[in-house]
Amino acid sequence: MPGLAASWPICLGYIPIGIAFGVLAGKAGLTPFEIGLMSVVVFAGSAQFIAVSMIASGTGATAIIATAFIVNLRHLLMSSALAVFLKPEKRRKLSLFAYGVTDESFAINYSRFKTGKWNLNQALVLNHTANLVWVGSTVAGGFSGALIPDGAFGIDYALIAMFICLLVFQLRGRIYIITAVMAGIFAVIFALIIPGNLHVIIGSVLAVTICVFIKTESGENSDG
Amino acid sequence: MAEYDYLIIVLGMGFVTYLPRWAPLFFLSRRSLPQWFIRWLDLIPAAILSALLMPALLTNGEPRHLDLLKPELLAAVPTLLFALKTKSLGGTVIVGMLVFWLLAQI
Repeated sequence: MPGLAASWPICLGYIPIGIAFGVLAGKAGLTPFEIGLMSVVVFAGSAQFIAVSMIASGTGATAIIATAFIVNLRHLLMSSALAVFLKPEKRRKLSLFAYGVTDESFAINYSRFKTGKWNLNQALVLNHTANLVWVGSTVAGGFSGALIPDGAFGIDYALIAMFICLLVFQLRGRIYIITAVMAGIFAVIFALIIPGNLHVIIGSVLAVTICVFIKTESGENSDG
Repeated sequence: MAEYDYLIIVLGMGFVTYLPRWAPLFFLSRRSLPQWFIRWLDLIPAAILSALLMPALLTNGEPRHLDLLKPELLAAVPTLLFALKTKSLGGTVIVGMLVFWLLAQI
């Protein structure tokens, strides 16, 4: 039950984003079945949005898969952060849990694990509830795609609004704000000089590495 | 696009997405991480979210150039304020979409 209760803010966020994705994917020529298949197999909002825009522009499979890899490489760091709390757990269960590691589930699960009042079963319920809602709303969006005109209801903004709120969740002290500002500036600079999506990884790794030094130099007080 | 190509894309994306989610949980959970690495990982989410957001708000076109007048940026201000005040994910998404849609009507 706590897993279910904790998942509702994610679900509430996934419904408009999922529908938005389904609508855009439908416009790119994918059937509701194909949309559902991608949501089940991939389960990664931003990569799915990017893939659909690449499919629409006729990009080949290799480039699309490589882009998904780069965009989702950030989950490597999220899973590493979660692993800290999951040392005694069975590997089979962890492999199932890994499937549901998303930006959103990470934000909630990580902060809950940190309080010490959260366990893997609750986290699994949260992940899979979010997954069901994601698959359902993307398919629903695919069915309604033809009925919704371009740009209606600000659907193109769903993903950005979600990232804004998830970022707010992360700003738990001064060092987090400094890191975010620095990563944002680096990412913009690299976005301007290198094409593709590498600027996300380069910008954030650079900012975090610098800020770990700041945090270490100024002691633990800078945690906020 | 051909069914076969689409299946390749989806399976390929699924594999490369699952791998980085799975490997650290499978291998790291059996040993302790060094303290500096935990500190490093703790800052990662704030950095990645900001690195995804800022270029989307501040750059435009292909090749990208700086654009400080995007409606995405304008809509981000009330969206951010709403998120700070309410901490509601679903509410923020709805408010953001609404503001962005209203801006497009002007």
